[in-house]
Amino acid sequence: RLRQSLLGRLPGLSNARRLLSAPPSGMPPDDEKPMFPGSRSSFTTQLDFIHPENFEGIPVYRLVNRRGDLVDGAPEPTLAGNKDLCLQVYETMLQLNIMDKILYDSQRQGRISFYMTSFGEEGIVANAAALNPNDLVFCQYRESGVLMQRGMELERFMDQCYSNDSDMNRGRQMPVHYGSKDHSFVTVSSPLATQMPQASGAAYAFKRMQNGLCVVCYFGDGSASEGDAHAALNFAATLDCPVMFVCRNNGYAISTPTSDQYRGDGIAIRGPAFGIPTVRVDGNDVFALYEVTQQARQLCLTEMRPTLIEMMTYRLGHHSTSDDSSAYRSVDELSFWDREDNPIIRMRKFLTKRGWWSDEQETATKQAIRKRVLQKFAQAEKRLKPNPMEMFSDVWARMPPRLRQQMEDTRRHLEAETSHYPELKNYKPIADVE
Amino acid sequence: GGSCRSLAARLGPVCLDAASFSRRRLSFGPQFVYTPESADKSLGETSRMNLFQAVTSALDNTLANDPSAVVFGEDVAFGGVFRCTVGLKDKYGKDRVFNTPLSEQGIVGFAIGHAVAGATTVAEIQFGDYIFPAFDQIANEASKYRYRSGNHFNCGSLTVRAPIGAVGHGALYHSQSPEGFFAHLPGIKVVIPRGPIQAKGLLLACINDPDPCFYFEPKILYRSAVEDVPVNGYVLPIGKAEVLIEGSDVTLIGYGTQVHVLREVARLAQSELGVSCELIDMRTILPFDEETVYASVCKTGRCLIAHEAPLTGGFGAELAASVQEHCFLNLEAPVRRVAGHDTPFPHIFENFYLPNQRRCLAAIKDLIGY
Repeated sequence: RLRQSLLGRLPGLSNARRLLSAPPSGMPPDDEKPMFPGSRSSFTTQLDFIHPENFEGIPVYRLVNRRGDLVDGAPEPTLAGNKDLCLQVYETMLQLNIMDKILYDSQRQGRISFYMTSFGEEGIVANAAALNPNDLVFCQYRESGVLMQRGMELERFMDQCYSNDSDMNRGRQMPVHYGSKDHSFVTVSSPLATQMPQASGAAYAFKRMQNGLCVVCYFGDGSASEGDAHAALNFAATLDCPVMFVCRNNGYAISTPTSDQYRGDGIAIRGPAFGIPTVRVDGNDVFALYEVTQQARQLCLTEMRPTLIEMMTYRLGHHSTSDDSSAYRSVDELSFWDREDNPIIRMRKFLTKRGWWSDEQETATKQAIRKRVLQKFAQAEKRLKPNPMEMFSDVWARMPPRLRQQMEDTRRHLEAETSHYPELKNYKPIADVE
Repeated sequence: GGSCRSLAARLGPVCLDAASFSRRRLSFGPQFVYTPESADKSLGETSRMNLFQAVTSALDNTLANDPSAVVFGEDVAFGGVFRCTVGLKDKYGKDRVFNTPLSEQGIVGFAIGHAVAGATTVAEIQFGDYIFPAFDQIANEASKYRYRSGNHFNCGSLTVRAPIGAVGHGALYHSQSPEGFFAHLPGIKVVIPRGPIQAKGLLLACINDPDPCFYFEPKILYRSAVEDVPVNGYVLPIGKAEVLIEGSDVTLIGYGTQVHVLREVARLAQSELGVSCELIDMRTILPFDEETVYASVCKTGRCLIAHEAPLTGGFGAELAASVQEHCFLNLEAPVRRVAGHDTPFPHIFENFYLPNQRRCLAAIKDLIGY
């Protein structure tokens, strides 16, 4: 379809058909064909620049429309054939949304230091549902839905946000920088796109291990501009790495709209440039997302090569608690997406029309989720912070003498000056041996 | 040093007569005579190897014994621009010894991920001068992977190798010694060998180390340093400096090529000044061996640190600060550093730029006469 749409929309390139056909094999040298190393096209006497603005754009794959109806002529979605999975995905999206509301508010109240919501992008849960739980996930920061779909317990999200003694990161990172070995979810780091070439490398190792798994790498429309993003795609393609790149194109990188981020046809157009099978999908249609993810995974593993999925969506929330997006976008724009086009509202309409959901169930489920979340929240809030001496471990696998000296100096200082550090009462005792 | 021979080889048939050749012959680069060392007999059979062959041998041992291990970088497949990977692709296959596209940030990022998946990873950066695009991956990712994840994840099975240092004609972008930038990153290890036996043992130690290691090879020693190196695998300790010459009046501290310059300085100090020098090879920049350094300076009372990298903010600054803090009452003179000047690495001025024998000797005179 990509081939056809490109050919149909590039005026004046009559030789274009041969541009995209399979390269000839075992051909004798022929001065009618370019013989440059790697050449696979033809000569032309027609001088035509490719004008990218004349290209209509890679179409958006979608199965269910904004009204919650299967689009005319669309095949029955795989996900729709599994009622239990549908309801589980839907409830997980609701839980993510409610947890986000509670934790966002807790930051405004000064209880946690920072937070980032996934409002409008909860559909990522459906993408995760189509993966193998052992596929290694590298992500950016707005993919809590993946971790939630994989079963990470509510309190662990909150323990991390509170940096308490149950935090998987031992109190070392800002909120929402989750990670979990048990859930094959590599720990979030703040620098953007750094995870991308790492995902390519991990996929290469998986290929050599022949473990039947792929690597999944999430990133945003802004991150896609980083050098690491280009290196990642190029390495994955040239080294045949089974990595599924998933771009959450939500329209903004903090305040920067995509019109300031790129001039080409989004992120999807870059995939074919690197030699990567690519699809663009409606990220607010969980059924399309599930389908695309399944197919991409199959492709990765049967052909041992990368794939690129650009999921088009909209960031309903602010970038983070440090952002007020009313400074750069209109209330009208926001309320359109909030009311008409987000993963939760569209799936709810579909489920209701199918007779699998009702307003009563919606109310009751939300109440139950909210109660559960608040309970776990209260528990996380009460826990002590880790022993400050944990600041010094895990820098190297074994603590070198120079760092151990710094740890001992710190311990003695804190013990001698406890009265000047009243916050110590909120931490596990310094005297506890590691 | 080795630079004379390579200069002559390059001039080749263009050089018409001995007289005109000697008028044009200039010797550039670090001035030293390489003193071969011998390996411990217990390590078994040896073979004559230069430094790049010692590196190949370490990689060969690794690929043979560890099925997860891979080696990659720019031009690695055909053998590498410095011949460190000759023969490995044919022996172990192109899925294990391969070329990457030309992107240092890609090479190191890819390498980190490969290590995170649990596989032994040896990545090559073609020149230390080109490691900087990868600095974000190294500083923000590799060094912090274990810490920030509460030890859920790590990239400890990663080793990154790069050639560094003066070579006689490398100028700004083929001569740099970047170890100072990396000394500032808790979470990684930084290792610099002085010769083939050291190179193989330290590289194998890096590959087997549970932390991501950065292993910088002094490129001028690739051909000029030749020793009988054990053919089997062996490791030398990371984090341990080595006292090469015992002395009583001045402690000389260096690493890599500079160790050989300092050997000559120690000899000249004895013959010209009657001064007895103790020579230390740091071998590991991070984490560095404090104990050996402080013990020596407390004994001699005088300390001279020498490195090719520029003076200000160089690794010598950290050593000097630490030495004065721990050995203050034993010092007879301020801690001195002889280093590259605070300029980019120049081309035709290399001989005046480097911490050469005469500059080091002059500094020793200052220390003795303080």
